[in-house]
Formats: sequence, structure tokens, C-alpha cells
Amino acid sequence: MTLAPTSSPAKSAPAKGLLASGAQQKILAFASLIVLLVFFSLASPNFLQTANILAILQATSVNGVLAVAATLVIITGGIDLSVGTLMTFTAVIAGVVLTYWGMALPFGIAAAIIVGGCSGFISGTLIARMKIPPFIATLGMMLILKGLSLVISGTKPIYFNDTPSFPLLSTGSLIGAVIPSVPLPNGVLILFILATTISWVLNRTTLGRYCFALGSNEEAVRLSGVNADGWKVAIYALAGSICGIAGLLIASRLNSAQPALGLGYELDAIAAVVIGGTSLAGGRGSVLGTIIGALIMSVLLNGLRIMSVAQEWQTVVTGLIIILAVYADMLRRRRAG
Amino acid sequence: MTPVIRMTGIEKRFPGVYALREAQFDLYAGEVHALMGENGAGKSTLMKILSGIYSPDSGSIQVNGQEEKIVGPRAAQALGIGIIHQELALMPDLNVAQNIFIGREPRNRWGVLNEAQLNRDAEAIFAAMKVPIDPKAEVRSLTIAKQQMVEIAKALSFRSRILIMDEPTAALNDAETDELFAIIRRLKSEGVAIVYISHKMDEIRRISDRVTVMRDGAYVGTVAAADTPIETIISMMVGRELDQTAAEIPDLSAAPVVLSVRGLKRGRMVRDVGFDLRRGEILGFAGLMGAGRTEVARVIFGADPREAGDITVNGQPRNIRSPRDAVAAGIGYLSEDRKHFGLALGIDVRGNIALPSLERFSDRFMRVDEPALAKVAADYIQSLAIRTPSDKQEVRLLSGGNQQKVVIAKWLLRDCDILIFDEPTRGIDVGAKAEIYRLLLDLAAQGKAIIVISSELPEVLRLSHRIAVMCEGRLTGILPGGPNTSQQEIMRLATLRDGALEGALA
Repeated sequence: MTLAPTSSPAKSAPAKGLLASGAQQKILAFASLIVLLVFFSLASPNFLQTANILAILQATSVNGVLAVAATLVIITGGIDLSVGTLMTFTAVIAGVVLTYWGMALPFGIAAAIIVGGCSGFISGTLIARMKIPPFIATLGMMLILKGLSLVISGTKPIYFNDTPSFPLLSTGSLIGAVIPSVPLPNGVLILFILATTISWVLNRTTLGRYCFALGSNEEAVRLSGVNADGWKVAIYALAGSICGIAGLLIASRLNSAQPALGLGYELDAIAAVVIGGTSLAGGRGSVLGTIIGALIMSVLLNGLRIMSVAQEWQTVVTGLIIILAVYADMLRRRRAG
Repeated sequence: MTPVIRMTGIEKRFPGVYALREAQFDLYAGEVHALMGENGAGKSTLMKILSGIYSPDSGSIQVNGQEEKIVGPRAAQALGIGIIHQELALMPDLNVAQNIFIGREPRNRWGVLNEAQLNRDAEAIFAAMKVPIDPKAEVRSLTIAKQQMVEIAKALSFRSRILIMDEPTAALNDAETDELFAIIRRLKSEGVAIVYISHKMDEIRRISDRVTVMRDGAYVGTVAAADTPIETIISMMVGRELDQTAAEIPDLSAAPVVLSVRGLKRGRMVRDVGFDLRRGEILGFAGLMGAGRTEVARVIFGADPREAGDITVNGQPRNIRSPRDAVAAGIGYLSEDRKHFGLALGIDVRGNIALPSLERFSDRFMRVDEPALAKVAADYIQSLAIRTPSDKQEVRLLSGGNQQKVVIAKWLLRDCDILIFDEPTRGIDVGAKAEIYRLLLDLAAQGKAIIVISSELPEVLRLSHRIAVMCEGRLTGILPGGPNTSQQEIMRLATLRDGALEGALA
């Protein structure tokens, strides 16, 4: 078990505070993750190597951050299809600020996050104030953002050659600098900090409370005199700014903003949320579950690749896992009555 | 004394509906003022205006003598007006305390919640109400009655001096109703003014001081509850007198048994239930809430799996494993929750009536014969006296009684000879109730076999040819219908627990 020292403290630390609320739905996902880890470890000697584990975690970081954003929205009973292309759009924005305008790194970071928030604000306004169904509103935003990314970048990648420190945002290792034996990439660290923060927001702040309340019974929230629409806009805006963080991470990892990228990421994010036991009907869910869900997906892909399973079959297996995860959750819930 | 509320000349129009015309209402501190009227009379609309959910087109609202414009629920709360909605407005995934203080959570200036404070505050309210509810319990896990208590606690947490209760006992059993009334009396003695909307006459007599009656969106009159005969109030509501006849019991000894149930079992709610139902018979099912009556119906209908037991229809043993099997055997089930299980609310009357019979009205290319459907729908609208502008009207726009008739039409068209009615008049006003009763009696006279599950004993006594009584999943006895059976006898059987349970629950 060389895995234990690197990854288990990272996962069990937020677990303590979160297990109280709807613990069972996560246990199932967590157990599946363990089963997968054991299975691949036995199947291939290359799986349980530090380098491979770090690769899995690194691969989880972008999808994990997007999935955290999607979790917020899905708990309110909504859906956000624009998270993938918004990620790309914010990466392009960071490219414009850092490379075209030559501004300093903090401005690029701020721009990506703020633009992400603004886009989320627009989605939220379309949904909460103009009453456009979330699926349609964010489908529209998804295409708009994809188009704008191509327009702004002139359909060409923007490279971050003027900002040498930019790749370190994701691939550098602050922890590795302090503890050389644990070269955890910053992207993973950022995901961990973000997940901890957002699960705290969900459980300890009014914004989080309204997430669950809106997903549980929106009309009741409104009848209670709460500014339901305003909070909904705020939640979408927060989700949008988290997509900005994902944009920075992916741009940093590729050391470029790739405007054609992004489509399909939203479905991976939603899949992670669902595998993690968050209800698409709203009202129930957790960030911890989502992170486990995202890990299941990357472990699966990584393991199948190591076992030399063809890429097209990897996709098939991912689809099966999503259906299986949701079905298992349904069975559990039916038995619980 | 100034009334705490005085509403005068309230007008409200919705698209196509003149909901309130010159409506008026007043309310004094420390009184329970019942607001009555048939469904669609405008009671709920008037109270939604008072609680800021709708704004009136015109009219005046005075609160403690001050002219007020109540814009939004928040403004109403600030004026001390709390409302407990008919369809409970709670968030089932949140816990009790979180529900009570939604929108007003104790928190620091960063928006961080103080959960301990939240639970303490909720606990204090329940202590004052003398109701033992755990603030940390998830609302989903509570009974409807307990959820009602949470709603009341929520209203009280605003220091409401005016409490509007919209049919609070619709889903409560007798013991729970008593509990609610105890709380209402306590609140009243503390000077809280209560508006009580209900269809149940006996409750109005027990709990209220004055009664205001509305009809067709207009004010009819206000009378004292204690010394006004119920017939007077009913005639104010419906504008006509009602007949109060007891059930006539036809001689059915020669009629064939159409449904025979033996040894039916499912979990703790259905334990060895057996009975026969004859052609033309109305068999009432009485019992307290949770006695297992609905569960029996659902097992017979195949909606829940049967653990053991035999079901025979017209002498043929039937292995009913799904509602589809039951319908094929000619059994129709009319759920107590029409909106969830009985109707597709957004679809028109014709579509709802046709839903289970569509295959009969379509050819092999699945083309639906609309003219034939229109004719059938028109026939049922006429024969059941469904009040609807046309068969293209969406069902959600009909009143409760007319919705129930649409469900009945649906099963009649499907050729169901055995009809199980679960709480057929829940949420239906007095006038429409009498009509549904007449319809059930007519159907029986035409040879349908009918089971009526009802929590209202007068209803069971009025309709049933025989009365089956259940308690805790067991059929404790079958009584003859008619004037010789008393409510006391039914109640004795309904509380006939077996010894072991008696000890545990005492």
C-alpha cells in the first residue's frame, strides 16, 4: 500500500465534517473506488507506482474542479452544460491578458476567475430572472462561449511564452518543495483546497443552505420570503468563477489556451457528480462525493489504459460505470424506503 | 376594539377568472375565525393576498387600524402575518430547524451559519408549543402531522400575531387533530388571531368563534360559530339546502361475488386480509390513519408486490403482479392523491379520460381516432356532470370535485367493473361531495362493485352497504351498513389491537 500515505490524508480530512450529512451515498462510491484501486493494483504492477498515482491525481484536477462547480448547480436542481466551454473561454481570456496585453500573472488569474463569474451570472440571470430552463439557458451559453473562444483567439492556440511561471500554476509542486518525497502537483493541491472550501460553503454558509433549499423545494424558499432568484444567480456565478479556476489549470498544464477544447468536459463533470451520489433532482449531494466520483473516472481510464484496453472501449466502460453507479444508488434508496 | 385585520372591497382577476369580487374579511385578536366556502370560492386567494403572495387589483387592507400595502411574503412577515399553506411549503431535504429559520439563519457577518444557535432557537419554540420534535430531524422523515407542527413553529418564529391556516387537518388523523387544536387554543389564549380555512363542519364547530362564508369570490356573510346550525352554514356556502340521507341497503344475497380476496399479506400493514365483494355492492373500508387500508388497495391493484394471498375476479383466480394486470382484470384504483397518481394535470379532460384506453381508440399505425374520443369524452362529461368549458380544458384548471369525476370517467371507459376509491372526497367541498356520493350510489346501482376507503366515518356510514374495519394491518371485522351500525361500533373495531402491540404502544 504505497498509495496510502500520499492520497488518503487528502481524502479523509474533509470526510469527518461531511460524513454527518447523507453519509451512505458516499460510502458506496468510496467502496467502488477502493475496489477499482485493488483490482488494477492486482492486474498490473505498473498501476501502483508513485508516478502513476500522481498522474491520476493530476488528470483528476481539471475535471474535479469543473465537477465541484457542477455540484453546486446540480444541488439547486439545475444543470450547467456550459462549464466545459466556459473553462476554455476563461483560458483564452487569461491568454489575452497575459500574452496579448503582456500583463502580470495575478491579472491573468483574476481575469479568468472574474470572467467566469460574469458568465455564471449571465446564466443565472437567464435561469432565475428570465425563467429559461437551465438545460436550455446553459446549452445556449455553451455554444456562445465556444464561439467566442474561437473568435477572440482567431481559432489559434494562445501560448504563454511571456509568462514562464504560468505552467507552474498546475504542474509545479509547492508541497514537493517543502517535503521532497511528496511531489504533489499544485493542480491537485488547488483542487483539494477548492473542494474543502466549497464543501465548507455548502455546509456552513447561507449560500450553501439555499443551494440545498432551492433544490429541495424552490417554491417553499420563495414563500419563506427568501430572495430565491437572487441566490440562484449568486450560485451560478460562484460556479462560473470556479470554472475560471479550471480554465487556468488546463491552460497552465498545456502552457497554452486551446480554443477548440472544452466540449465534452461538461458531461465528464456531470458524470463525476452523479457517480458521487448527488441527486440530479436536487436537494442532495456533496463535494466529497463528487471528488470520489471524479477519482473513480480517472482511476478507471488510467487503469484500463495500463491494461492496454483500447481507447474506444474505455469510453464504453465509463458509460457503463455511470449507469451502474446511479442504479446502485437507486437500489439503496429504494431499500431505505 | 380595532380589528387586527380589516380587508374591504378586495378585487382580484386572473386571466379568465374573476377570483375575488368585493371580498371582505375582518379578524380580532384572540379569535379563531373560520373562512368557509366551496373550492374555488376564493378563500385561499383572499388569504394569499393577506400574506403578500398575490397583490390585489383593488381594495383596502388595514392592519391594526393602519392602511397597509403588503408586497411579498417578507412584508407580511414583518407585519406579523404568518401563513401555513395547504400544500406544506417545506424543504424535505433540510432538517427541522433549518426549515424554520430559512432566510433568517443566525450567522456572523461573513454569512457563516451558527448551527448551534439555530437548533437552540428551534428547540425553544417547540418547548413553548409543548411539542416534542427534534430540531435536527430531517423533515422528509416526519409524519405529515409533525410537518404541520414545523410549519406552525415556523410561523410562530416570526412572532406572528396573525396565523392563517389553510386546511391544516386535511391529512391529519383524529388524535393529531386534537393535538393541533390544543395548540390553536393555547395560541388563542395568548392573543394570537387565527384564520382557519377548512371544509370540515365538525372542526369548525369545535375550534372557531366566528365563521365567514364566501361563494364565487364574493362575501356571503359572517355568523357566530356556536349558535348557527350547520345546515345554515352549508346553505350559505352552496346557496341551497343539502339532503342528509342514510345509506339504503339493497338485498345483494343473490348477486354474484366479483372480487374475492383471501389471506392477503404484505409486511406489517397488510396481515391476512380476506373479504368478498359482490356485484352492485359498496364495501366501505374504515379505520384510523395507518391502519393499512390504502396498502390493501395497492396490493390488490398490483401497485405493491403481494407477499401471499389469492385474488379471484369473477370466479377466476388472477395472479395480479402489476397495475396492468389489475386493469386487465377490470379493477380500477382511484388514488387518494389525485394530483400525483390519478391525473396528468397539464393534459386536457379528453386526454385524461382516454389515457388508459388509448389502444382501443387507435389503429395499427398508432393513429388516434380523435372524433371517437371527443364523442366518448362528451358522453362522460354529460353523464357525470363534469363542469368544464370543454373537453379540451386542462385538468389542472378544474375544481377538486370535477377532477375526481374525470378520474372516474377514465376508469369507466376502461371497462372497470371493480372500482376502488381511496378517500374519494378528500379536498372536495361540501356541494361536490354530495354529487360524488350520488355518483357512487348510481354506479353501484348499475352493477359496478365498489370499495370506498374513507377516514370520515359519516361518509363510510352514508355510502356503505357493508363496512370492513381495519386496525394495524388486520381486518378486525365486517359490519352491516345502514342505520343499525354506529360510529362507536366502528371505532371499537378500529382500535382492536392485538395484545402484544397494545403493551408496546400504551
